[in-house]
Amino acid sequence: MRHVFSVRIGPVGFRVGSDWRAPVAALRTLYAGYPTPDDGIADYNVRLSATRPWRRFIRPSVAIAGDYMLPDAAPLPLAHGLLAAEMAMNLQLALGERRFLLLHAATVERGGEAIVLTGESGAGKSTLAALLAARGWRLMGDEFALVDPETGLVHAFPRLVSLKNAAIAVVRAALPAARFGPLMAGTPKGDIRHLVPDDTAVAAMQVPARAVRLVFPRFGFAAERRTVGAGEAFVRLTQASTNYVALGERGFAAMTRFVRETPAMALDYPDADAAIAAIEAEG
Amino acid sequence: MSARLLCRLLAAPGEARALDAAQWNAVIAIARAELLIGTLAFRLRGLPLPAPVEAILAAAILSAEEGRRQALWEAVMARRALAALDCPVILLKGTAFVAAGLDAGQGRHIGDLDILVPADMLARAEAALLDAGWEWVKSDPYDDAYYRRWMHELPPLIHRERDRMIDVHHTILPPTARSTPDPAKLIADAVPLADGVAMLSPEDVVIHAAIHLFADGDLSGGLRNLWDIDRLVREFAARDADYPARLVSRAAEHQASRAVARALRLAAALFDTPIPPQPAEPLFDAAARRRLLARDGWGRGTRPATRLAFYVRSHWLRMPPAMLARHLWIKMWRRSRHAG
Repeated sequence: MRHVFSVRIGPVGFRVGSDWRAPVAALRTLYAGYPTPDDGIADYNVRLSATRPWRRFIRPSVAIAGDYMLPDAAPLPLAHGLLAAEMAMNLQLALGERRFLLLHAATVERGGEAIVLTGESGAGKSTLAALLAARGWRLMGDEFALVDPETGLVHAFPRLVSLKNAAIAVVRAALPAARFGPLMAGTPKGDIRHLVPDDTAVAAMQVPARAVRLVFPRFGFAAERRTVGAGEAFVRLTQASTNYVALGERGFAAMTRFVRETPAMALDYPDADAAIAAIEAEG
Repeated sequence: MSARLLCRLLAAPGEARALDAAQWNAVIAIARAELLIGTLAFRLRGLPLPAPVEAILAAAILSAEEGRRQALWEAVMARRALAALDCPVILLKGTAFVAAGLDAGQGRHIGDLDILVPADMLARAEAALLDAGWEWVKSDPYDDAYYRRWMHELPPLIHRERDRMIDVHHTILPPTARSTPDPAKLIADAVPLADGVAMLSPEDVVIHAAIHLFADGDLSGGLRNLWDIDRLVREFAARDADYPARLVSRAAEHQASRAVARALRLAAALFDTPIPPQPAEPLFDAAARRRLLARDGWGRGTRPATRLAFYVRSHWLRMPPAMLARHLWIKMWRRSRHAG
């Protein structure tokens, strides 16, 4: 492909090819401090190509493709090319990953102990992870926690943190010195702006951690905490994992071990400060 | 770049030592696109490889093993659902290879479950499967009627809980196709496996693969089918030196001599399959090779004109011209209506 960018995020190497310069230039800037894949060999290939040959020039439209694809993935306008790249990279893991059990979760770590925050879109995973990073926690990722079935440890996947809508201003205020990507307005998920993980997060991204707390946050409710039993955590995590079924017995063993060893709580919160205080009190 | 390097690695794994990073990236992308990554992983197992390649292939082996287990379980589910029919469930394609423990099943990607039942059992098989939790995939009345009238299989069914498809065949080519294999012979000579399932005889299994490749489809996924043929022919010939001769005479009984000759020649060209001399068709072979290898270093399909030509050819083979015209007209008319 015309423009190529290779990067390693945590244990995962990507090779991104693009018909256009812009998405690759944006990735190059934002992932400047990241290494390249080990030995130059990527785990996954991502392709950003025109939906039709002429759509490279006229109303350019980016099709999301790669080693693993969804047949009905909607293309994005070139102005949202960076989002397309991030979505395509996530999709490779979501559909193709078989080494790690994937949990759709944000993870932060302090003193070797990790807190895993899981929930549906809008629960506040990315926002809380960014705010905790502002308070000195190591950001391990805002999208996927990678659980190693052999060790039970969580591996980091600190890609760009995807902030949406009102969260953008909240995190900008908390992290005035941080680097951010361009504001992409009016995407299918609303306004999106990416936060670049800090140097600590990138420097330590090869270091896994033991999960000590699993949190199910829910934004927009009166403050409430509730202990979640291993059975409920198991069921909710199977729904929050894209590859639990594909891993078969290994997935079941990794998941049951994870919920047995990691105490879980449901956390309803009316605003970010309340959530941060509750999480830090537990962690 | 083309899929040629992937073929070399499959046929001669030792050549993997010479690959650089760019070649590995390309081969991995192409192997995934052709659904041959699990097969490649088994072929290269035990060789000294770069650490990232080893990790990727180790994951591919785990994935293939899980796929194999799920495919075999699906075969058990179908056999139980069809137990009342009192006829053997003949497994086809990938599920048969893994059920029989054949080399062709090593690391193979398995999608749907394909089975063969006698044509006079079709209605009962359908009722039994619907009763056991399978449902229709296609709701379109034209497609449904088309399948029932003109195809060699029922419209695809999907299981509502396990989300797995089953294709129930009553023969191995549409009745409208140019040649007519004999389903009674396929069924009579099927080989029983454990647990009340069976597979086609060693000759018929290769004939089926060859027909699927060169008398039916448009060669998409063809590299995988051709690799099956290479593995099957090698394994059966190693067991019994008369196998190649029997394959050729059996192919004639199913009106499949040409498809089998083509499959053997192309397997020999791409995978060094040892085969007896076959009639030559240099133009066809060159075109088929171009089509089978049409991938770039990112796994994307290349050579659109060759692809289109084989696509058109697949329809041409499948039905007589007047019927083809009517079929394409209805398909086009429907598409334009859906788009509008």
